[in-house]
Amino acid sequence: MIVAKQKPLSELTAMLDGYRNVLAVGCGTCVTVCFAGGVKEVGILASALRMARRLDGQPMSVAETTVQRQCEAEYIAPLAEGLDEFDAILSLGCGVGVQTLAERFPDKRVLPALDTTFMGLPTEQGVWEERCQGCGHCVLDITGGICPVSRCAKQLMNGPCGGSQGGMCEVDSDTPCAWQLIWERLDRQGLADRLLEIQPPRDWSTSRDGGPRRIVRDDLRLPPPEDV
Amino acid sequence: MTAAETPFEPKIVAFCCRHCAYAAADLAGTSRLAYPPSLNIVELPCTGRVDVLELLRTFEDGVDGLLVAGCLPGRCHYLAGNLHARQRVDYAQRWLEDIGLEGERLRMINLSAAMGAQFAELATEMAETIKGLGPSPLGTRRAAGEIPSIGCAACGDPAPSLAESAHDRGDGR
Repeated sequence: MIVAKQKPLSELTAMLDGYRNVLAVGCGTCVTVCFAGGVKEVGILASALRMARRLDGQPMSVAETTVQRQCEAEYIAPLAEGLDEFDAILSLGCGVGVQTLAERFPDKRVLPALDTTFMGLPTEQGVWEERCQGCGHCVLDITGGICPVSRCAKQLMNGPCGGSQGGMCEVDSDTPCAWQLIWERLDRQGLADRLLEIQPPRDWSTSRDGGPRRIVRDDLRLPPPEDV
Repeated sequence: MTAAETPFEPKIVAFCCRHCAYAAADLAGTSRLAYPPSLNIVELPCTGRVDVLELLRTFEDGVDGLLVAGCLPGRCHYLAGNLHARQRVDYAQRWLEDIGLEGERLRMINLSAAMGAQFAELATEMAETIKGLGPSPLGTRRAAGEIPSIGCAACGDPAPSLAESAHDRGDGR
């Protein structure tokens, strides 16, 4: 899932300075299950903003709604009805949700309530950890299902480095060394000898280094109107 | 006596677990132990039912203080409901302070059903704390219709339309 966390209230009140009628829009997918932008979090944040602004002597109305999926135009299209009365939209979606709203409603101010942080999973209740950076060339087949791109601070492809101490990373003593984990996993599976094969330098053009990425599936695209 | 001279009587809501604090309040009453009449008790099946959203909205509605009263640690009928409530109260206190309200306006206490005297004592103590802080600066309840809603696709409200809104607060209350 995409994992996000709410921005501090002070940052949001500064961002919303001058607005008097705001629509807070949550998202029913990733940010709901990481407790950052679902129905309940929209309610909590909206209530907090209303109270903070009332105490500042600048009351602000904050309406609440949550769409099932903020990152697809079809799901947010119904918001168009009644949107005129709002000064701004406060999105509790991930960065994709914010931009989808901004693209769909280009005349409306769309503001982010969350800091989108990473793609990851909950390792225990209330704890989320990064597992994927969307590098565009998955190597999990080589590394025993443990990602060195997202979990190794140096993104090494032939680790571990000298900073691996007692199974932990030198960057943070609470962070396991990804390459220690990879070694242990492959050793457990009887495949440790595969680590003797040196991986060549990666082509990072599939990752962010290649600029914004785009996937086109011609088999899924709608035919041009003139051909229909 | 004019309104200005009327002594401040804080509005306090107490979310009480039915297995302990609610029975303790009852025991205080049958024992003829006085506790502040401004305490409005809401019976809950367990304080684990308490959510941050309800805590904040209760303050938004204009209460001066809020008490969450659950079972003694280790004595929850649902094992850990009172422990979850404690975490949520701590979290809500941080929200209150960010908002600009005093965190002391929200407090959690733990009692058994036999602790009627302690309930009266703690309720009185809470009322004194709130009297010391003064009325909530948020003032009276929100004017009706202050918060429009345009529905909620995630919880089943089908019409994301201001005009056709089925909710008036976003939570159906």
